[in-house]
Amino acid sequence: MSASLPASISPSGPGHSGAVLARAPRARLRLRMVALPNRLATLGAAIVALGLVMAILAPVLARYDPYQIDVVHRLQGPSAAHWFGTDTLGRDALSRIIFGARTTFEVSVGAVILGGAAGIPLGLLSGYFGRLVDATIMRLMDAIMAFPGLLLAIALAASLGGGLVSIYVAIAVSTIPHYARLARSVTLTQKARDYVSAAQVVGESNFSILFREIVPNCLGPLLVALTLDFAHAILIESSLSFLGLGFSPPTASWGLMLREVSPFLELQPWEAIFPGLAIFLTIFGFNLLGDGLRDVFDPRHYEL
Amino acid sequence: MTLARYIGGRLLQLIPVLFLVSVGVFLLVQIIPGDPVAIMLGVSPDSAGFNKDQYDTLRHELGFDQPLYERYLSWAGRIVHGDFGVSLKSRRPVADLLFERYPATIYLTIVALLVSLAIAVPIGVFAAVRQNTIFDYLGMTFSLVGLAMPGFWLALLLILLFSLKLGWFPAIGYAAPLAQPVDFLKHVAMPAIVLGTSFAAQLARYLRAETIEQLHQDYVRSARAWGLPPRTVIFKHAVRNSLISVVTVAGLHTARLLGGTPIVESIFGWPGVASLLLDSIYARDYPTVQASVLILALTYVTLNLVVDVVYHLLDPRIRLA
Repeated sequence: MSASLPASISPSGPGHSGAVLARAPRARLRLRMVALPNRLATLGAAIVALGLVMAILAPVLARYDPYQIDVVHRLQGPSAAHWFGTDTLGRDALSRIIFGARTTFEVSVGAVILGGAAGIPLGLLSGYFGRLVDATIMRLMDAIMAFPGLLLAIALAASLGGGLVSIYVAIAVSTIPHYARLARSVTLTQKARDYVSAAQVVGESNFSILFREIVPNCLGPLLVALTLDFAHAILIESSLSFLGLGFSPPTASWGLMLREVSPFLELQPWEAIFPGLAIFLTIFGFNLLGDGLRDVFDPRHYEL
Repeated sequence: MTLARYIGGRLLQLIPVLFLVSVGVFLLVQIIPGDPVAIMLGVSPDSAGFNKDQYDTLRHELGFDQPLYERYLSWAGRIVHGDFGVSLKSRRPVADLLFERYPATIYLTIVALLVSLAIAVPIGVFAAVRQNTIFDYLGMTFSLVGLAMPGFWLALLLILLFSLKLGWFPAIGYAAPLAQPVDFLKHVAMPAIVLGTSFAAQLARYLRAETIEQLHQDYVRSARAWGLPPRTVIFKHAVRNSLISVVTVAGLHTARLLGGTPIVESIFGWPGVASLLLDSIYARDYPTVQASVLILALTYVTLNLVVDVVYHLLDPRIRLA
């Protein structure tokens, strides 16, 4: 639908920010403008690293069992014993947020790999072979993209009946077009380069040209897309769980925590703040990191 | 490429997409694990409350006694004639439900678009004009925060602050915009802000970059050299030009606002198509699920196409491939 938009806005949801921070032509300005995204990227990397550490070391860091119910102490505010308070069943909110990082990272990494594994080869084939292959694959991608935002994930999760597999599939399918379109556009650019013609003249097979010549040149932009899609995946997972279509209780999932507390908003506002903050910060971190990586790998801004 | 050919080409391209979308929506019900008919009835064939007649009737009604392609063809045939089947929950025609719910979704989307423009334009322009000042940093911080803000969390925070603490806006509900305009505005304010925020964040970033680029163009330098006051140069020339491209981008992406409606409508009890979708999912009312997914996707595709074609009409320089 939106194949040739102006270069700095991308068509795929909040995970995909389309910033062009470094554009000022005056030398003095340019220095400052480049330095700023780098600092932001470092901040992003730090936030992501913190999240990863939480996910990996969850059992060590959490002071309580995230599943231990203690109804007597339910819906308490922050205290020395429970820094982030307790939830509707008296479980320690901080411990659940720490374990929630594990859930979030597992799902986003898994789903993004799944989406990339399907989308990247499709885009490579589409860009390299063109014609009917291209038309078929791209119409299929258009069809996936005809479902705005969360709609496809919601519809898939609802049909597949919830549970881990349906979350993975719902997220992965909705990210496939990002990779396919990106891999296609990079392939088209690379295909026109002399080194590809040279490889063809030398008699390299299509397969070998694709995977030995073109794929290595796609890695930079793809890394950027993957990073930004982690943010996208986290948003979808938490939204699905919030709507009751993702993880089911008692899983420690940030989106689900917000779902569980929303009827008690008035009683215990704290419980609505911390899990949301965790989701926000993680997405924020991945966005900043992705923008920074784009400035490094992809200065010309490939169009998604 | 002539205009007629362009529009014709776009419409032709749309045919396979619409076909694939309809297949996808049709398959939604086919991929339900287990026996969809039993799931819709809420009883398994070997449980006590199982009614064989009811089961067979529904099975026939949904066409599960036919082969897959025949089922698709008869389903698609009925859809084309505006027959979306009967809701399993309310036993009313799904088309009627969609007809009732559709306007609310459209109103919400329009207000959200206005909200995002109202937020993005001042922030984007001001950030560009005062580049590298505190205003710029604040504006771009808003943008980064807005992009990372999950809609449902923002919604909960707004409800906490403006409904529960301050009591300014109702947390849920709806009023018709023409019959009760004041009530409508009160009810639509928070949903529209939630729906519009991430779009506003993207637009502000884009507008800032675009205005900065315009400010460095030759014509701006010439205007300055002519001795025009800086204010005139900035607002009458640079900003005006960057606004044109922003309106283009905003238009081309307006349809995307629809993607946020399921979350927003369900939290704020907004009676639109997206909340109908979620209610039907919870009630396992699959005919209604299919119809509302289809309607939202069709609206999205149509809106994209119309905006595309309109821009093509308005500005012949935009040559969309």
